[in-house]
Order: sequence, then structure tokens, then C-alpha cells
Amino acid sequence: MDDRGIVIVGAGEAGVRAAFALREKGYEGSVTLIGDEPHLPYERPPLSKPVSEAEAVRAIVAGERFAETGIAFKRGQRVAALRPSEHQLVLEDGEALGYRRLLLATGATPRQLPIMSACGVLASDRIHVLRTVEHAAAIRRYMGEGKRIGIIGGGFIGLELAAMGRMLGAAVTLIEVQPRVLMRGVPEKLALALQVRHAAEGVELICGVAINAISADSDSVVVTLGDARRIEADILVVGIGAQPNTALAAEAGLAIENGIAVDAQLRTSDPDIFAAGDCCSFPVAIYGARRVRLESWRNAQEQGSLAAANMRGAGEMFVGIPWFWSDQYDLTLQVAGLADGAVREVARSLSPGAEILFHLDGEGRLIAASGLGPGGAVARDIRLAEMLIAKAAKPDPGALADPAVKLKSLL
Amino acid sequence: MSNWVDVCASNEIDEEDVIRFDHEGRTFAVYRSPDDSYHATDGLCTHEKVHLADGLVMDDIIECPKHNGRFNYKTGEAKGAPVCVNLGTYPVKVDGGRVLIQVG
Repeated sequence: MDDRGIVIVGAGEAGVRAAFALREKGYEGSVTLIGDEPHLPYERPPLSKPVSEAEAVRAIVAGERFAETGIAFKRGQRVAALRPSEHQLVLEDGEALGYRRLLLATGATPRQLPIMSACGVLASDRIHVLRTVEHAAAIRRYMGEGKRIGIIGGGFIGLELAAMGRMLGAAVTLIEVQPRVLMRGVPEKLALALQVRHAAEGVELICGVAINAISADSDSVVVTLGDARRIEADILVVGIGAQPNTALAAEAGLAIENGIAVDAQLRTSDPDIFAAGDCCSFPVAIYGARRVRLESWRNAQEQGSLAAANMRGAGEMFVGIPWFWSDQYDLTLQVAGLADGAVREVARSLSPGAEILFHLDGEGRLIAASGLGPGGAVARDIRLAEMLIAKAAKPDPGALADPAVKLKSLL
Repeated sequence: MSNWVDVCASNEIDEEDVIRFDHEGRTFAVYRSPDDSYHATDGLCTHEKVHLADGLVMDDIIECPKHNGRFNYKTGEAKGAPVCVNLGTYPVKVDGGRVLIQVG
């Protein structure tokens, strides 16, 4: 009998969910969760939302749950090395930990702009990325009346921070080098509707320009654009995506392919090592086993849970549909599925200001749905669309377009 | 004592569906099940304050529109991560074609 238990590296959404899912499913062996941050595990989505500072730090689980469920939580510790042939990890402080099964839930790290190093500016008190509670607190200090916030990147982080800045009274300039915001994964129609809203809220939105230089001193940051415009701000936030944390896996010889490569059961190239969440790429069955990597809350939850089952030999396939949301002002954007490959778009108007776009492939199969509207206006129909996508349904486009036809009736 | 509050006509809620009902600063979710019974719970998800009435009803389950947390709306029971706190439930009756809930 092997008394080595399960070790999980990474105490974000995926790692924490996996640890507790093991206990919920009756696993009685040892579970060790290792996180490199000094805090109790917390949820990241609120970090870019205009909730109060206290509400912005929300624990994933109450601290006492670790002791109650017998999960050893090692916080503030980094893993220095992984030795798959010995089934062993070595922590930075030298402690060696054996494992029977290992889960890598190492997350992702925000990208830095190459121009920053070229200009000799580094992340400083005035230039930030957003991933941790410390980043969020530093940015929040500038989210008030009389402050000027510069944002590079019109993705979810950039747009949510722009909305948060305006709602808290700061002047906001958002710079996107692409011709529009949300080029990746969001249809043009909805992205442009969001741009209109941001402009109406007073965000200065600058798209399709190059960034020539960034300079910072103790008082301000200046971004010089390709057209020689100078944008001066009290703080600059760079939100241009993230790269998967694969160093530990790569050094251990695991296969890497835009993230730690796993199969449909979330198993890496080593049969006793699994990966889940932002750090891994996996095949999506409904899109012809196309390999994707997702940075989303729900994906982290679902994969953490499935990895827990499969580390105990359940042999279940991951069948989740890519799904994410973004909150900006009173609007929520939700997208289910991957729309690339769509040849036809069908719009359904739900209510004033709430619309869903259904994306169909050449054979009439529903492959994605994107919705934008106030509050939860699009949530239910996006959820139903997700169920239709999972069934590879070919719904009648006329029915999709007609708000009087309940999507539930098409299931 | 018996603080029954009128919600809506019974046919204003579709079968296997839910509506939001606000009353005196509180918000509720009122359901009609596939077997044509009526039920009421707290209106906001216990995980993050989101209106459950925007969520999807499937059989006895209401699914939160934001994080897909699931509850049995007949009992209020939370069905697992990310929700772990049960919903409050409230007595419901149908009288003269009207749905009433007892908000206590």
C-alpha cells in the first residue's frame, strides 16, 4: 500500500476546487495544497470589479475548512523542482514531498509589454499588471476623483478596470493597438456596443495605434503613441493577456503545447501527473479535439473537480464548453463556445439593450453564442445555448432569431 | 401572523420557470415546477448576490446565472460547489388563480 497521497501545486480556483472535491468524493488519503501567495485562497474575478475594497477580497473557502477536512495547506511556498521519476517535489525551503498523484494548477502570469524593457521601465509603483490582491490594492489607490488612469489592452481586464475607474470617478484612457477591443473571442457587433458604452461613460478609447514609448518617474507615467500623441496618467495598467506557468512542468520534461499539454482526462504526458485551469491546454471534443487553453473562472472550477476524480481513476472525459463572462457597468457579456469557424450569425433581441448572437458553422451546427445585456438578461439563454452546443444541435435559424420561441423547446 | 403577499396570477409563471418578486425591500424567486406546483425561495444566490430569477430552471433545480451554482428550489438545498449555503424557502399557495407567498 502506497501511503503517499495527492499533492496539488497552485492554490487558485482550480487547485482549491480539486482539493475539496477529493474530500467531497470520499478520498481519505493525504491531500497537500501548495500555494505561493501568503493569503488564504481567494477569488480573482472580483479584483477587477467596482465592489468595495473589503468585498474585493473574497476567500474561496473559510480558513478553518482546511483543518476540518484534513487538507494540509502550505501557503507562501514555491516549488523548486519536480522529479517525476521519483514521484517527488522539492519546495524552495528544501523540504521534499512524495506524491502518488500530482495536480499542477499553476495558473498564468500577466504578460509584460516588450516596449517596457526596451524603454528601461519596469513594473513599478506606477505601472502595474493585475493578477493578485496586491496588484488590485495598488491599482485601487488611483481609482478616485482627480486621478488619471491609463490602460493598455482592450481585453476583459482592461475594459473592466476602465468601467471600475469611471464608476469610482477617475479619468480613464484606454489604448488598444488592435482596430477594436476584444478582438479575440468576442464578435465585432458586441465589442462595438461595449465601445459605445465606454465612450458614453467618458472613457477615452484609442484603438489601432502603435505604442512608441513608455516613460515613468515618481509623479506620472507617459505613453507616447505612434501618432506622437502623449498620454499622461497617474498610473498605467497593462492588461495584454497572460502566459501559462509551465516552467516547473517543462523542467520536469512534461509535454508543453501552449500550456501544460493534457489529454481529455486532464492527464499530462506523465500518467501520474494531471493539470487543470489556466496553465493547461486540452482537446475540446466538440470542436474536433482542437487544443485550447482557457483563462476563466468556470473552466478552473470544472477542471479542478474533474482532475480530482481522475486522479482517483474515474477516467472521465472533460466535456465542458468554453464559457466566460465579463461585467462592465451594469452590462454583462457572456460567451459560450468558440465562434471561429462560424459562417453565419443569427441575432435574437431579448429586450431593449439585450441581444444574443448565435454562431453557426457551414453545416448549420450551433458552435457558439455571445450575449450582451444589462444584469442577468442574457444569462439563461446563453446557458441554454451552451446545452445546444454540447448536443451539436442544428437548430432552425428562424427559431433562434425569434424571441417568442423558447430556446428550451429546441433542446 | 399569516403574512400572505400576492405575487401574480398563476398563469404568469410558465411551467418549469421562475420569476423575480420584490416586496418591501426584499427580493424573492417564485417558481412553477414541471409538475405544476409553486415554490418560493430567497431571490439572491447565497454565493454572490445575483438574481436567481435570471437563471435556468430544470426539473427541481434552479441554476444561478453567473456561476452555475445549483439549488433544489423546493427545499432550498445547495447542490455543491460553488454554492454551499442553502436558500431560504417560503410557503406558497394558489388561491383564486393568484399565487401568494408567506414572507414571514
